[in-house]
Amino acid sequence: MNLGRLSAIIRKELIQVRRDHITLALVVGIPVVELLMFGYALNAVTDHIATVVFDQSGTASSRSFVSSFDNTGYFTVRRWTSTREEAMRAIDNGEAKVALIIPPDFGNDILGGRPATAQLIVDGSDPSVAQTAMFSGGLIAQVQSATVTVEALNRLGQTSNARGGIELRPVVLYNPRMLSVKFMVPALIGLVLQLQGVLLTALAVVRERERGTLEQLIVSPVRPGELMLGKILPNIGLCLASTVMTLVIARVLFDVPVVGSTIELLLLTLPFLFGTLGIGLAISVVARNQAQALQMTMFTLLPSILLSGFLFGREGMPQIFQWLSLAIPMTYYLEILRGVILKGVGIQVLWPQALALTVFAIVTLGVSVARFQKTVE
Amino acid sequence: MTTDTGRAITPSNGAAIEVRGLTKRFGDRVAVNDVTFEVQRGEVFAFLGPNGSGKSTTIRMLCGILAPTEGTGTVLGYDIRTQQDRIKQHIGYMSQRFSLYEDLTVRENLEFYAGIYTVPRPLLAARVTELIAMAGLEGREGQLAAQLSGGWKQRLALGCAIVHRPPLLFLDEPTAGVDPVSRREFWTMIHGLAATGVTVFATTHYLDEAEHSNRVAMIDSGVLTAIATPADFKAHYLHGTLFSIRTPDILETLTLLQSRPETADVSLYGDAIHALMQTGDEATLRAALAAAGIEDATVEVIPPSLEDVFISLMKRS
Repeated sequence: MNLGRLSAIIRKELIQVRRDHITLALVVGIPVVELLMFGYALNAVTDHIATVVFDQSGTASSRSFVSSFDNTGYFTVRRWTSTREEAMRAIDNGEAKVALIIPPDFGNDILGGRPATAQLIVDGSDPSVAQTAMFSGGLIAQVQSATVTVEALNRLGQTSNARGGIELRPVVLYNPRMLSVKFMVPALIGLVLQLQGVLLTALAVVRERERGTLEQLIVSPVRPGELMLGKILPNIGLCLASTVMTLVIARVLFDVPVVGSTIELLLLTLPFLFGTLGIGLAISVVARNQAQALQMTMFTLLPSILLSGFLFGREGMPQIFQWLSLAIPMTYYLEILRGVILKGVGIQVLWPQALALTVFAIVTLGVSVARFQKTVE
Repeated sequence: MTTDTGRAITPSNGAAIEVRGLTKRFGDRVAVNDVTFEVQRGEVFAFLGPNGSGKSTTIRMLCGILAPTEGTGTVLGYDIRTQQDRIKQHIGYMSQRFSLYEDLTVRENLEFYAGIYTVPRPLLAARVTELIAMAGLEGREGQLAAQLSGGWKQRLALGCAIVHRPPLLFLDEPTAGVDPVSRREFWTMIHGLAATGVTVFATTHYLDEAEHSNRVAMIDSGVLTAIATPADFKAHYLHGTLFSIRTPDILETLTLLQSRPETADVSLYGDAIHALMQTGDEATLRAALAAAGIEDATVEVIPPSLEDVFISLMKRS
């Protein structure tokens, strides 16, 4: 490894990135657009959730309970239905996202100081709606169980020592796991990073092949390892910068701060990045032109999304896919992201994941440097 | 790890390139077959052959990026099988693709190649200025390589290839797709380099380029068919005498010449006929024409061009 040659390559890469507006747009654009798209698509519809009500109780208590739903702004009562089936149909055909079902004895239970039960049926196909409905519904029920009970008891001239309250029983249709914004944003950071890292690196080498400059480098004293590292290091810098940017966006726009240490998160990101760029290099060794490189990059994204726990919990997968997911760096990086950002844990807890990523990085980089050396011949 | 980048320290008496029985097989196909030759220091050596004749494969073996199947060789005294890294550090290489970074400026391209050949920093500025002057690119240092015309790109590519002052320069069809004026200027620069002691090994299929070389090797289907100076080629490799014939009766003359057994080749060059005859002189040819009723023909013996020799050699093989 010769530092002079390495720094010449790095300098050249940085100049090229600076001049290449498409790559720059990729670096800045992908994280911003993806986060905004995913984040706001998840977020924007979370208030004024269309609601239908089937009130079988028809009492002052039940009406007060319903209007408290309406008053929070999270729910908008579209109409009252006269049967349970009608309410369910409203969810099925998309008229409402939520149905509030109040049983006949709701009012009596409250007056009698017994726990009153209401059912909240939630359309889970839209995770953010479902999540908001669940949380705010639960919250409303808690607050209301206090006030409604007290009001009812006062009306009857009794002191409030009853242990009644309202229990809201949620039923989530279609998507019982309910992926939330908080859950999604860290994952998005990982996805953006992988897309960017793989693509930047793959294109950087394939472009040289297309333009014939690779041939010139091969005849020069530059060693494959130097060339690869010279391509990777600037991209590591770019990707880290874009990680910081996405973290800022996550905090400012989606109110998802990093609970743990940001420095530790960036440190734990490094092995993931090296592995990701290793994939990019592997692609660049195989791909003949930029279009192929792009297609292969997209192909590597699919397993990362489907198997890593990005959308679907790994616990629920068939055993074979759980094993497969262990070979995907995103699986470990998601645990790191969610661990540091949401739970606030650090390297002491997440070192096994970091170790797995390091092993992955060494393997992919080793293989692609070896393969690169062969394609030269 | 080598950091020396001045003129290579190599044995001064040995040949710049020396190969014995060099052979490269790709599966069943023999790309280069038992090739043996030497290139002396300071020589401009042309490697001439049609497309797919094994020129590029040979150059790749000499540059240390392709291992020969059989045979041995040294480049600047370094073994092509074991000392590829040393070879790479001391040679310059330029291909027909002018491997420039189009999104880098003229200066940045030169500085990049200076960097990967580890030209010492104190020498860098002077070296870059000198090469920009050599390529006639003064005032264009800040222009992107993409904006240069073909001839300028070619001269910049040459500058990049010699930024580390290599004593040996490989040119792989360096003038493909460049206009004739730029080609002429390019070769003037190459001969200027050769005058300072740089050895030049150039593959080409332009015969006029080969004509300006010190020696020419002809390769066909992986086999080295001949190796000589251009003058020797013309003097000894053409079997017969070349005549130029001017006559109003062009068609009749052509038909007549083609029918004669001693005719090796006949072709039209503008308004003259070139005929390669295995025997005879001007008098016998004039007599033969007169006998066929072609009276007022002017017949003279002309020196062959390298092209005449090349075509004749190719036809024979």
